[in-house]
Amino acid sequence: MPRYFTKDHEWIEVEGDAATVGITDYAQSQLGDITFVELPQAGASVGKGDSCSVVDSVKAASDVYAPVSGSVTEGNAVLEDQPELVNTAAEAEGWLWRMTLADAGELADLMDEDAYKAYVAEL
Amino acid sequence: MSDLINSPETDFEDPDVPAGPLELPLDAWHRVRGGRMVEFAGYWMPVQYEGIIAEHLWTRTSAGLFDVSHMGQLYISGEGVEAALEAALPIDLATLPLGGVRYSLLLDETGGILDDLMVTRWGTGFYLVVNGATKWDDLAHLREILPDAVTINHLDDSALLALQGPKAAKALAPLVTGEQALESLSFMRGAAFKLGGVDAWISRSGYTGEDGFEISIPAESAAAVADLIAGQADVKPIGLGARDSLRLEAGLPLYGHDMTADNEPVEAGLSFGINKRRRSEGGFPGADRMIEALMEGPARRRVGLSIEGRMAAREGAVVLLGENPVGVVTSGGFSPSLERPIAMAYVEAAHAVPGTNLFIDVRGRKLNATIVPMPFVPHRYHRKGAA
Repeated sequence: MPRYFTKDHEWIEVEGDAATVGITDYAQSQLGDITFVELPQAGASVGKGDSCSVVDSVKAASDVYAPVSGSVTEGNAVLEDQPELVNTAAEAEGWLWRMTLADAGELADLMDEDAYKAYVAEL
Repeated sequence: MSDLINSPETDFEDPDVPAGPLELPLDAWHRVRGGRMVEFAGYWMPVQYEGIIAEHLWTRTSAGLFDVSHMGQLYISGEGVEAALEAALPIDLATLPLGGVRYSLLLDETGGILDDLMVTRWGTGFYLVVNGATKWDDLAHLREILPDAVTINHLDDSALLALQGPKAAKALAPLVTGEQALESLSFMRGAAFKLGGVDAWISRSGYTGEDGFEISIPAESAAAVADLIAGQADVKPIGLGARDSLRLEAGLPLYGHDMTADNEPVEAGLSFGINKRRRSEGGFPGADRMIEALMEGPARRRVGLSIEGRMAAREGAVVLLGENPVGVVTSGGFSPSLERPIAMAYVEAAHAVPGTNLFIDVRGRKLNATIVPMPFVPHRYHRKGAA
């Protein structure tokens, strides 16, 4: 399944018109210990670039933006009790929400894994 | 989510500080040990090494080594220095013994807090430690208000380390020699020692609520001394992130956040540092306003808030009584020791009573919060007369 990345350090994995969104391992390493994740509600309609979730670390709260437009189908309820999963498995079990895509064409604006790696290497 | 990642850590900016962050004596030392360097108070400083929670808990149970060389170290001396400092600060120096350390405040003419600081009596003058972000303004202010006969030396060729935690004394004692044993220092007392052959001024003080020491050494010896201390089995280097969460749990205010020039000492809960003689005699900047606040009670007070759930309330969040705003959060975050969010806030005095149930508005959500006494985590200072 193709996975795309944003300059704001979100990842999105797409399967048909459904997708899973999270923050990248680089992002979690920069944020440090994550203590709380505010998740979007199922059914919420989101526009590309909207703030959908807030990741609270010991240091600060950081917005997570929707990589593409669509509708939220579920938040990762496991994070309510185990927010640290975002630290230990940011690009796997620590996903933040699932959504349907309104316009698959928006994916064209995102980076693939190699491009994202090159982007992070420059930071 | 680039807002945090790509921006500097600090909101402190000072026009007198040279453009761009400066390197402190231990810059390379931190980088070699994996410290993640951020800009703070005009310097590159380590925000964390292995992680804030792990470093925080290590300091609470063992001993953490902090580099606080960004702080301003000043030596103030000259004829009439004692009277001059008493005219500049609401401090009682008459009762401060040689080597004694006392907390004080730099106030403006209207009683607003310009900085908080530590004052130590040395043989012929006084040693001051002021905040890094405010040190340039403090220097300018002190130069203006102190008489010409008094000399201010900015000890900018000195580094400052802090070793904090229940195992700090055990870790440091074998490394030092002096006229007195390190263990004989009680809280808020300091003395000269040799630390690995280096001249060190060591006081039993800190900013974590734990027992511990602050260690002033020549900058050129900082790396060797840091190596020596960090080489002890119970010691790990700790970053600024844990320093902030530790001081928050200890109920210790951070200048620029929990007190500013908009706060006078009584509402900030810092009038404990101003004793009976200075309160009755006055004779320091802002005395009138402070004495008025003592007599009539302040309009608002700095309080501690314990928050339900796991979502943290940060600086700027509005505190509500029912629907009505009654205060604002000045520091807040997740407490690693208590495993829940805590905060400091200014709340209208009528409601600033422990046990009062309030809400904090965080991004439109109303968090349940209760005013609790501070510190949130008990202090464990090595007080005189204690075991």
